[in-house]
This record gives sequence, C-alpha cells and structure tokens, in this order.
Amino acid sequence: MSDPINLIANWLQGLLLGLGLSVGLTKIILSFVGAVVVATIGMLTVIFLIWLERKIAGRIQDRLGPNRAGPYGLLQPFADVIKILTKEYTTPDGADVVVYNIAPIMAVASVLLIWAVIPFASTVVGTNLNVGVLYIMAVGAFGLLSILMAGLSSNNKFALLGAFRSVAQLISYEIPMVVSLLMPVIFARSMGLVDIVEAQMPWFIILSPLAALIFIIASMAEVNRAPFDLMEAESEIVAGFHIEYSGMKFGMFYVGEFLHVFTVGALVATLFLGGWRGPWAEQYPILGLIYFYIKTFVGYFIVAWVRLTVPRIRIDQMLDFNWKFLTPLSLVLLIITAVLDRVLVLVNSERWVYSLVMFLANILIIWATVEVLKKTTSKPKRKEFPMRPVAMAPETSTSTEPSS
Amino acid sequence: MTTELILFFSLALIAIITGLGLLISKNAIYAALYLVLNFFTIAIFYLLLGGAFIAMAQVSVYAGAIMVLFLFVIMILGAEKLGKSNTVAWQRPVAIILSIILLIEAGYVLFWRTAPVQAAQTLPDGFGGPASIGNVLLNNYLLPFEITSVLLLVAMIGAIVLTHKQKTDKEV
Repeated sequence: MSDPINLIANWLQGLLLGLGLSVGLTKIILSFVGAVVVATIGMLTVIFLIWLERKIAGRIQDRLGPNRAGPYGLLQPFADVIKILTKEYTTPDGADVVVYNIAPIMAVASVLLIWAVIPFASTVVGTNLNVGVLYIMAVGAFGLLSILMAGLSSNNKFALLGAFRSVAQLISYEIPMVVSLLMPVIFARSMGLVDIVEAQMPWFIILSPLAALIFIIASMAEVNRAPFDLMEAESEIVAGFHIEYSGMKFGMFYVGEFLHVFTVGALVATLFLGGWRGPWAEQYPILGLIYFYIKTFVGYFIVAWVRLTVPRIRIDQMLDFNWKFLTPLSLVLLIITAVLDRVLVLVNSERWVYSLVMFLANILIIWATVEVLKKTTSKPKRKEFPMRPVAMAPETSTSTEPSS
Repeated sequence: MTTELILFFSLALIAIITGLGLLISKNAIYAALYLVLNFFTIAIFYLLLGGAFIAMAQVSVYAGAIMVLFLFVIMILGAEKLGKSNTVAWQRPVAIILSIILLIEAGYVLFWRTAPVQAAQTLPDGFGGPASIGNVLLNNYLLPFEITSVLLLVAMIGAIVLTHKQKTDKEV
C-alpha cells in the first residue's frame, strides 16, 4: 500500500495486456491516462485554490472571505464555476475568430505542460527528461504566445495594450529567472528535475537562498500577479488582454493564472525545497507525494501573500527593477557560484563545507547588495514649487483698455 | 516500430501543411502562427532522434523568443493584412526554376542514390545531452563559441546605440 499510484498503473497495464493489446499500445494508452489524470488533478486543484486564495485574502484584508455556500464557504467555487459555465460567449466585431478561440486553450495548456516533468514522488514522475529545466522555459513561451494571440485577435486597443505590456514584462523577467534556475543545475550537475531532487542534500534553498528569492520574484512577474499585474491594470487598461473574453473563455485564462501560480509553487518546491524529500519518503512514496504537496502550498502561499500585501508598481519601475537590479544581481550570483563550485570541487571539500561556503557566499552577496543600494539610491526629492498666491489681482500691465 | 512510423508520418504531414500554410496565408499573423507550429513539429522530430537538448533549444529560441518578437513587430506595425502583391517581374519564373532544380535534386537522392540505406546506429549513452554538448562546446569549439558570444554582444550593443536618441544641446 506504500505506492498506490504505481499499484494502479501496474494493475491497469496487466488488464490491458490481458485484453490482448500489444506492449507498445499499452504503453501509449497508459501515457495518455497518466496525462489526463495529471491534467484533471491540476484543474480540480484550481477549484480548491480559488477558495483558498479568497480565504487568505479575507484573512489578510481583515474580513471573512466566502462563508455562505457550504461549510466555510467551501462550495463557493462550485457556484462560481456553474455561473461562469452558463454565461453567454461573446465575440467582438472584427475579431480574428480562430486565433481568438485558440488563445485561452493555449493559456491553460502551456501551464499544464510543465507538470509533465515534475517528480511528484520517488516513483511518480511523468518523464525524466534530461533537459527538464530547459523544457520548463521552452513551454513557458507558449503562455506568452497565448497572451499575444488574445491581445491581437480581440480587436480592442486595451487588449492590445495589455499584450504589449505583457511581452515587455515576460521577456525581461525571463532572464533573471533562467539565470537563477542555473544555480540548482550547477549544484545537481544535471538539468533533469529528478536528478535535481535526488541531489538535494541539504535543500538547495540553504545552498543558495538568493537564487530562490530571485526565482520567486521573477516567477511572480511571469504569472502576472500583483505587484506585477500591469498588463491587466484595472485603473489603466480595464482588464488587459482578456477584456473581450466572456464565460468559460475568460474562465480558461483565470484557471491558467491560478494553475500557473500553483505550478510556480511546485517548481519552488522541486528546485529549492527538496521536492518529495522528507523522512521515510523513499520507502513510502505516498509520503513523498504528501511532502511535495505541502511544500508546493508553502510556495503558493508566499506568492499569494506577496500579491495581497504589495501594491502594483509602475511600468518604468517594473523594467528598472528587472534590468538594473535583478539581472545584474543574478549574473553576479551565477559567476560567484560557478567559481566557488569549481574551487570547492578541486579541493575536494566535504558536503557540509561546500554547503556552508555556498550559504555564506550568498549571505555576503545579499549584504553587499544592500550596502550598495544604501549608498547609491538617493531618496527622491520632492520638487519644490514656488508658492502660489491664493488670490491675486488680475494683471493690469498688459490690459488693452482703450485710453481716452 | 510501427508506432514510430505513424508518429513520423503524421508529424511530417503537419510540418508540410504548416509550411505551405506559412507560404500561402495572406494574413501575417496566421503565417507567424503556422511557423510556430512548424518549429514545434521540427522540435518533436529532434526528440524522436534523441536530441532532447536541441529540441528544447529549438522551441525556446525559435517558437519562444523569435516568433514572439515577430508577432510583436506585426502588432506594432499593424501589418496583419498583406497588400496587393507587388513582386518583381522576373521573380516568379526564377523561383519556379529554382524549385524545380531542388525537386530534381531531392528525387535524385531519393531514387538514384548509390549507397544503400544504413541501419540506424545505436547512440552512445548521453548523446546530445546537455553535458556532452557543453563538453564539446567548451573543449573542441571554445574559440568559435566565444567569438559567437562576442558577436552577439556586439549586435546587442549596436542595436542599443543605433536606437538611442542622442541628446542635443537643447535637451541638455
């Protein structure tokens, strides 16, 4: 009973082989079943996540959150789903119908594709791709494309503006994200997520807290949530790229966003918090699954917490923060980590020495960054305007009174 | 083997259809999206051949970065619809002659080749993986690799310098 998922998979395989199907066909069918199960669990998790996020939002903003439908308002998301399913689909005049309809599907698919490489437990993993980290980046590009397609096809200038902003944001924040992803790769000496999880002794957040921080910040920008939700800033461009979508088509974007945040939590858990690792996780894979989900929710909670605490930033601040702060910082971190790793491996240091030196190096970088920031940033001075008199006699020097 | 053949031919069909769609479609957005699909299919071909790294690089560089920039340019210029075709007079016949030559070449290789088809060799372990590619790049081809990186850097700085608005005396 320690590994129910593989138990079911083996039973299904035996059943299909018993029916007289070939081994290859059985493999294909099982892969399809696995993909459908993972996707369905992802979508169902979203229903719970919507409730959870609203409850957290309620707590942080000192109110109750959903509390009418069912105990603790647990049935509220189901009511919302029914409402959204029964809504009318509207298509704007002059919209590019094909592209307009593909975009929401791609938005969800791009997120679900990431789940293919995430190891849920020591024995439960979609595919052990040896370039898993690169795969995550590659698949993320489809999310960007879906936003662009939605903005382009809606025939609406606000949608187009939202898409503009999203491209600027996503392309720039991809750089610190990729660089911070390289730190676990250096530590684990592999790009495969299974190898990265297996190499986490201790967790990589201890070896490189700064990389974890940069990754979380850049991911928050990638999922377009506050404080980085400029592309759907209500006060400026109404709702951004999905302004023209209604009913379940809008719902798909909504689901995609929630699922993406959850996926970010899963990635943080996998890359920095040790994935399924924990006491007795190797003997009992089901425990690993539970550890993985707990860690994922920790990552999810951090993102939700920041979203509900920090106000939206301006677009120039967003770009400055990325190009003048996050990108240089992540590059410095990468260089120092790579050099230290080489030196420590050359002197054949033990694991705890390696971890300690890496940790101290990270702390040192953080301290130096704070010091540099203190020195260089000057507080924005208030512009002094000359005092304006409250009431003044009308100017008479240039008056054109007719002189008698 | 049969599943691989089915996969290959369905992918090949998709690749050809999207390639044709790219050429034929009048709408620039559709052409760009066809190209994305085409790149993606090619990436799956790489995967079938055991080159996971190059497949992912193909998707993230071409389908991701470059096509997004294409769409961005289309979006900014508002050049979705192709205007009346204003081709040069000799362009079409030359294109036809060149494509016929290409087809004859392809047919020659396919039907009149001399050497028999060799069976696929079993690949060494870790072939085409990130570690082996990194080793080759930084050991055998270090100089070209570095020159390429410097070239890309120069291109990037050049783009910034070219688009940077020079401050005139009035603005300073």
